[in-house]
Amino acid sequence: MTELGCTPSQTVGPYLALVLPWEDGVDVVPVGTAGAVSITGRMLDGAGEPVPDGLVETWQADPDGRFDHPDDPRGAQRYPGFRGFGRCPTDDAGNFMIRTLKPGTLPAGGGEIEAPHLNVSVFARGLLNRVVTRIYFPDEADANAADPVLRELPVALARALIAIPEGAGRLRFDIRLQGPHETPFFRV
Amino acid sequence: MAQLVLPLGYRPDVEGTHPPLDFAGYASTALRHPANGLILLPHRLTEITGPVFGAERVQPGDDDLTSYSGGEAVGQRIIVHGRLLDSDARAVPHALIEVWQANAGGRYRHMNDQWPAPLDPHFAGYGRAVTDADGSYRFTTIKPGAYPWRNHPNAWRPAHIHFSVFGQAFTQRLVTQMYFPDDPLYFQDPIFNSVPDEAARARMISSYDHSVTTDHWALAFRFDIVLRGREQTPFESEPDDD
Repeated sequence: MTELGCTPSQTVGPYLALVLPWEDGVDVVPVGTAGAVSITGRMLDGAGEPVPDGLVETWQADPDGRFDHPDDPRGAQRYPGFRGFGRCPTDDAGNFMIRTLKPGTLPAGGGEIEAPHLNVSVFARGLLNRVVTRIYFPDEADANAADPVLRELPVALARALIAIPEGAGRLRFDIRLQGPHETPFFRV
Repeated sequence: MAQLVLPLGYRPDVEGTHPPLDFAGYASTALRHPANGLILLPHRLTEITGPVFGAERVQPGDDDLTSYSGGEAVGQRIIVHGRLLDSDARAVPHALIEVWQANAGGRYRHMNDQWPAPLDPHFAGYGRAVTDADGSYRFTTIKPGAYPWRNHPNAWRPAHIHFSVFGQAFTQRLVTQMYFPDDPLYFQDPIFNSVPDEAARARMISSYDHSVTTDHWALAFRFDIVLRGREQTPFESEPDDD
């Protein structure tokens, strides 16, 4: 089979705000959805300064641990009112926010179970390729301990991927691109 | 209950295809590139699925950037078209493509762009399209101008159009830039040259396409976008006899 070379990544540059932000971007679920969780955070550079021209995207399973996608081997399943995808540009202070529902656990093959998590893509001027991280949930201690991704990480890195509770229905997850508390990033 | 068998993941990126995150020539990477090594994330359900957006994200006319606010944009009218494929040459259908670019004078319609080329009241500089069943897409726009930036003395970005592409999986998400043939500015552009492999760099350059160029209307440029393909089972692979 002929293999085509892939198109290289390039930075989003400083003007992604022209088209990438959507009016309903942060609404993985609409405002007022019962049980919704808002995940807020700041994107910071290696000097601890806010990144005001970044973009955060999230992708996740629904509360039943299913995806509305043909490659889910259990079959695509649509969860009413749930988009699975969130997208938020950072503001002048580097803040972003996503409103969603906590995903379910996921079968990982081989009898393993992944803990509830969001995959996160981070884009910004100065990032020549996206970087990817994951957000896990602080009220899932047992599932997190058994998670095949977290389990492989040094304790400090695993802990850094767990969002911080900030009151009912509110979580915080800061993204530090560089520096002493650099967010763990994945190669996908 | 039978154990779930996960579908195959996506093939790893070929070395040299994508830029390193730490690239000294592009000053903005200095404080924004992660310094720790990336951790390998095996492809499981969250990675092999992804947001699949179709027509619901695109309004009629979103693929024509030349008629903003009731008038015609200034500049060389062009058609930009191509196919969205995976590395096995399979079409990626019904996938959202978002584009943004500077106007003919090299100015973006963005408050942070201080380059004093005039704004064009009839050019907003962004568009959206969805690939058809064959993976094909098409935009009508104007050729963007080159513009200066502060990265290094006398630094100019080659003319380019930003492309943001959703494939069919989280692993396939790509943001890139499309360039134009024979641009004299490549030699000094660190963003273009951040891609290590010369053949990979060339894949970001569109080709002039006279077969789609339209008489007394617009020049055409072809830009095919290739996303990662699936891993193959040994059964599907051809014998490795070379």
